[in-house]
Amino acid sequence: MTETTPESMDFETAFNALQEIIAKLESAELPLEEALRLYEEGKRLSTLCASILENAQLRVTTLGEEAADETKTDFSEL
Amino acid sequence: MEGFDFFQPIVFTVTALNAYLRELLETDEVLQDLWVRGEISNFSQPRSGHLYFTLKDSESAMRCVMWKLSAMRLRFTPTDGMLVEAHGAMSIYPAQGQVQLYVDALRPAGEGALYQEFLRLRAQLEAEGLFDPSHKRPLPRLPKHIGVVTSATGAALHDILQTLNRRLPTLRVTVAPTPVQGVEAPAGIIAALKRLNSLPDLDLIILARGGGSIEDLWAFNDEGVARAIFASRYPVISGVGHETDFTIADFVADLRAPTPTGAAELATPITKEELRAALQGAEAQLTELINRQLEDLKQALQLAQSELRRTSPRLRILNNIQRLDELQGRLERAIQQQLQRKQNYLANAGDRLASLNPQAVLKRGYAIITDQATGQIISHTRQAVPWQPVWLQVQDGSIPAQITPPIKENKKDD
Repeated sequence: MTETTPESMDFETAFNALQEIIAKLESAELPLEEALRLYEEGKRLSTLCASILENAQLRVTTLGEEAADETKTDFSEL
Repeated sequence: MEGFDFFQPIVFTVTALNAYLRELLETDEVLQDLWVRGEISNFSQPRSGHLYFTLKDSESAMRCVMWKLSAMRLRFTPTDGMLVEAHGAMSIYPAQGQVQLYVDALRPAGEGALYQEFLRLRAQLEAEGLFDPSHKRPLPRLPKHIGVVTSATGAALHDILQTLNRRLPTLRVTVAPTPVQGVEAPAGIIAALKRLNSLPDLDLIILARGGGSIEDLWAFNDEGVARAIFASRYPVISGVGHETDFTIADFVADLRAPTPTGAAELATPITKEELRAALQGAEAQLTELINRQLEDLKQALQLAQSELRRTSPRLRILNNIQRLDELQGRLERAIQQQLQRKQNYLANAGDRLASLNPQAVLKRGYAIITDQATGQIISHTRQAVPWQPVWLQVQDGSIPAQITPPIKENKKDD
């Protein structure tokens, strides 16, 4: 599992990590301490995913004629 | 046949003539499958739905009929003055002796050449394997970053972004705007695909354009565009025109969507709502898993505790106390028995002792003889001396007596 700070984690990474944790808890006989740590981590990821999902807004970038000419475009009216 | 004049010319009835003409026309292969180019005039579409018009050029005209069933398939509305190409078969309308073209397909002039080119290119690229299903790449179920190639000003872009935002707002979208119609469109589309291919982390590209005439969509039948789609390192979803339009781009693309909105939908097979549900499911699963493990541990603990109780020295001590009690009991019982036995023996001995008491014998009439001088009991003949004074001790006292001879000895006793 990748140890990434919540701020830099995107939904997919967090969601995949959450699924990995579930798979781990499902498959192996883990020591309680390890299992509880995974559970806490899972809860944290789940909350993070939910928050990302609820607050998500499509991020749109326009790639102009020159690749360097990258401008953020406001599509907030969507 | 009587009166038949061999030299007299044959006279047709009008009906027979028209039937003859019809036979001629309908057995001619060219006339049964032909394209005619001309300008539409006298166009009319009565309530029957059939189309009636005249095709003409600068010098000639030809009546045309298009039955309702064929007319319904038209993608444009024919009008007077429009230059068209009509396909059909020649025949005759006997009621008016009118030779006319029975049209089954109609297209704006020029489209034919384009269509031929389309067929040629499609066959060529297909032969080269550009449409081969084995080249179709799988699309990610949960994309993070999507590239869009379309016009910056068209409705297609708005539709795509709105659909993506509605379905999966966690997405990043990079738009590479390009003209999608006109002569500069193919080069623009190719350049846009290249720009997106230079990005490091795209999941897929949507190539889209809203509906339009077949000419409007023509950039998507361009060979260069087709090859650029094929060369793209990211999978391409095409969403060009309307549901019924198929372009070369659609054939090359990894996935063909009927419209730009459809392309955005196919690009996001999993939506925000599904993710939300999956998330709730994952959370419930997580809680269940940890609870189950805690429950398991609790049971194991209880088991261990009962095991511990079973093997604890306390029980052994209790067991030993019980054993001790048991032994004490046995000891006491044993002593009691011993005592009883002794008492019995004692009582028995008393009886036996009593039976041995000489007094008891005396009561039965025996007497004890004792020497008056010595007090010795005389129980043998050798102890007796003639005239010796003795006592005869009986049960209630002693009688003085004297031994008188002769003393007799029992021979048997010796």
